[in-house]
Amino acid sequence: MSDLTRMSAAALAAALRGGDVSSVEVTRAHLDRIQAVDPQVHAFLHVDGDGALEQAAAADERRAGGEDGALLGVPIAVKDILVTRGMPTTCGSKILHGWVPPYDASVVTSLRAAGMPLLGKTNMDEFAMGSSTEHSAYGPTRNPWDLHRIPGGSGGGSSAAVTAFEAPLAIGTDTGGSIRQPGAVTGTVGVKPTYGGVSRYGLVALASSLDQAGPVARTVLDAALLHDVIAGHDLMDSTSIDVQWPSMAAAAQVSDVDGLRVGVVKELGGEGYQRGVRDRFDEAVRLLVGAGADVVEVSCPHFEYALAAYYLILPSEASSNLAKFDAMRYGLRVLPDDVAAPSAEQVMAATREAGLGDEVKRRIILGTFALSSGYYDAYYGQAQKVRTLISQDFAAAFEQVDVLMSPTAPTTAFKIGEKLDDPLAMYLNDIATIPANLAGVPGLSLPSGLADEDGLPTGVQILAPALEDARLYRVAAALEAMLHERWGGPLLDRAPELDAAA
Amino acid sequence: MTAVSTRSTTAAELMPYDEALSRFDPVLGLEVHVELNTASKMFCGCSTVFGREPNTQTCPVCLGLPGALPVLNAAAVESAIRIGLALNCDIAAECRFARKNYFYPDMPKNFQTSQYDEPIAVNGGVDIDVDGQPFRIGIERAHMEEDTGKSLHVGGATGRIHGADHSLVDYNRAGIPLIEIVTKPIEGTGRLAPAVARAYVGWLRELLLGLGVSDVRMEQGSLRCDVNLSLRPDPGAPYGTRSETKNVNSLRSVERAVRYEVSRQAARLATGRRVVQETRHWHEDTGVTTSGRSKEQAEDYRYFPEPDLVPIAPSVTEVERLRASLPEPPAIRRARLQADWGFSDLEMRDVVGAGALLLVEQTVAAGASPAAAKKWWLSELARRANDAGVALDELGITPEHVAAVQSLVDAGRINDKLARQVLDGVLAGEGSPEQVVSARGLEVVSDEGKLSAAVDRAIAGNPGVAEKIRAGKMAAAGALIGAVMKEMHGQADAGRVRELILEKLN
Ligand SMILES: [Zn+2]
Repeated sequence: MSDLTRMSAAALAAALRGGDVSSVEVTRAHLDRIQAVDPQVHAFLHVDGDGALEQAAAADERRAGGEDGALLGVPIAVKDILVTRGMPTTCGSKILHGWVPPYDASVVTSLRAAGMPLLGKTNMDEFAMGSSTEHSAYGPTRNPWDLHRIPGGSGGGSSAAVTAFEAPLAIGTDTGGSIRQPGAVTGTVGVKPTYGGVSRYGLVALASSLDQAGPVARTVLDAALLHDVIAGHDLMDSTSIDVQWPSMAAAAQVSDVDGLRVGVVKELGGEGYQRGVRDRFDEAVRLLVGAGADVVEVSCPHFEYALAAYYLILPSEASSNLAKFDAMRYGLRVLPDDVAAPSAEQVMAATREAGLGDEVKRRIILGTFALSSGYYDAYYGQAQKVRTLISQDFAAAFEQVDVLMSPTAPTTAFKIGEKLDDPLAMYLNDIATIPANLAGVPGLSLPSGLADEDGLPTGVQILAPALEDARLYRVAAALEAMLHERWGGPLLDRAPELDAAA
Repeated sequence: MTAVSTRSTTAAELMPYDEALSRFDPVLGLEVHVELNTASKMFCGCSTVFGREPNTQTCPVCLGLPGALPVLNAAAVESAIRIGLALNCDIAAECRFARKNYFYPDMPKNFQTSQYDEPIAVNGGVDIDVDGQPFRIGIERAHMEEDTGKSLHVGGATGRIHGADHSLVDYNRAGIPLIEIVTKPIEGTGRLAPAVARAYVGWLRELLLGLGVSDVRMEQGSLRCDVNLSLRPDPGAPYGTRSETKNVNSLRSVERAVRYEVSRQAARLATGRRVVQETRHWHEDTGVTTSGRSKEQAEDYRYFPEPDLVPIAPSVTEVERLRASLPEPPAIRRARLQADWGFSDLEMRDVVGAGALLLVEQTVAAGASPAAAKKWWLSELARRANDAGVALDELGITPEHVAAVQSLVDAGRINDKLARQVLDGVLAGEGSPEQVVSARGLEVVSDEGKLSAAVDRAIAGNPGVAEKIRAGKMAAAGALIGAVMKEMHGQADAGRVRELILEKLN
């Protein structure tokens, strides 16, 4: 068997199905890889070797018993924002240090039911606030393409784990681009499903109306296979959509764009976007045209207000969602100095002061202010109006075209530390991904090549109307096939070899 | 954890009630929180049974664990709509929940999922009866929310947070469905303000019991009342500054709290001081209110629509189905029962005023005559309820018990005096009337031989009295009956004793 960690999830599933390899072997190979390279990459906050091998053995037994799930026995890494029974969940924050949840997120329940061993929990910006994973309280994750650069965020751990072949698949969550932007800067595939497509039960909420869990993978088909496992109606999540989803994996194997109407979003490109990012985007568009797609420019005039609206809605919801971290029931508890018999309020304040990072505090303060009496209408109220207008822009655009396209992120991976002191520059990373969260539509980021100027990965984003997630896979699979042909193989083949001397 | 601050609890200066009313016009407002009796909580599947071991009825949702999400209890929404309809409110075609944000250890998420600017029921009104006079109460709104957990302050003498050395929180109550019913400002009560407040809350309890949506047990906190009161110089003047007295948890206390606040506020206003806008605590034991947290700098709850829940949009068909399921309106029901029972207006008013309408109805249904049912509930049991400071239906005796007591009396197995002891036994939790009678040995002595011998001894011991009876002075028989009853420890049928005496002396 060739290096198991280099295989796609689909190839691993086929090998498992053919009896060429066991889940225990596949899982062990990935655990070995983690041990070898994660000290450099730091994609994981927690590795559960024993648990993963146990689950792998159980998967092998299930297969021996005649079961054949699409990803049965294929291991996976999970972003540390989804609760896992018996496995620590920190959300990248000190305030949850040592907390072991008593229950599984619905996504995790689905993974377990599908027989996918859980390798561990991946690093992230604290409570998913950030675009670089530098805001993790447990130290940054590094981009396997260049260890001095960021892997994107907030789900940099998941994208880096997949990029560094530490896991064939991972789960990310995307509130404003936290799956797609890391995908773009690491040369991997990331999908934010339609809001309500994947249950949020057990996803520690950042912004409830924006959060969505989704697949992180190396190929479009792998992402689709994982999407099929985690999507579906969940009675535990009131915002979960009750529809029968078509097979994403089937859509990813159609790869036909003849006659497809593609809209290039005028507002998401041009000035502010790195040269190499634009070049690779234009190339991708030309490939689609060559394959028979009709490409037109589409204007979404309210997208220019998306970032501002997002940075009012997100902090507002977050300020309320994060209020529960108060030291009363779980997690960190810090007693204030110089207070003999502190009150509950004093303990809450001391714990939050010590347990939450600067970016989290910044957004809580912003949100608290935006919701304050007398300011609500001007901030939260106005932001919701913008949100409606953005949805209307999408609706109008999708009258003309089947999918929209833009670069996923304006730049390639920047250096660790480069934007840490400039929150506004950091926020701009998500300028192209945020509109999809505000409108609840699905989006996919696909590697589009390497920027000429720095040799780092770039990504294109494909957006479809709500519920049309399958369309993303159909288009992305076609584009991926053409790109692979052009590159002579997957983009990750060109990533530098990590020094695996553990 | 210790108290946040200390506040004076010195008794406030009071103006005699009648004088206060001659100088000021009161305006009332009542906010009643009702715990619904749904089997599960508002947003999760946990049980709502009262009184279980702390923190045994909890789950990730009602503990507010990271990642957990609420799912709305459809039965709670139905109850809310039925309450709204019974209060003659408009039911919102679509409404949402909102988050009320504030930090408190008994609130697992540090926000309460409530309704804010989109309540499920608005703009209703009801007619109640106050000392025989009809009185119209406007209903501003009824909205849904979740209850908080319960803090237990340990250490210190009072059980209050002040002076305690630490606190424990029981989250069994967290997430229990609540309906908050808010009146419009109630004007024009004049000196009847305390009676109106009491009558309204009593009427509401009766309504909710009839709807079957809540246990409405004030002593268990399943019905909690906040009393808002302000005074103004005369009925034409703008409203004065109001106080909000929290958790007034018995009908009697509602009445007393209103009276107290009228006297307290009047004393302040009359001496040129202002009434502070604040929440006040009601002290059941001393019958006073004390200052709580000041509302002058209104707490900012940063309400915003709850993003984890979808809007509620009850269909017209659904609302009409629920309307059709409502029980008979109280006024019509009263008229029907009065006719059935043959009670006078005065008798009926007594029954209603005592909050005993449903109890009498159920006692009659259990087999007692209307007169007997009324007698027990309005005399013996009313006295005991009053002594205990609870409502009649909170006494711990059921209409079935009362009917059983009466049937024992009717069968001659106990007399009225023994019946009172039977009631004591039932109230003390000794079981059913039948069980109390046999356990306490309360049955009337019907052994004719024993009774006859006792009568003989009484006659022999009181020759003078016997002589009078022989001479036709029947009234004297009472003395002999008393002697027999004393010897039999009250366990004799006084009627039969009288018969025996007369037989023997004639
Ligand atoms: Zn619960």
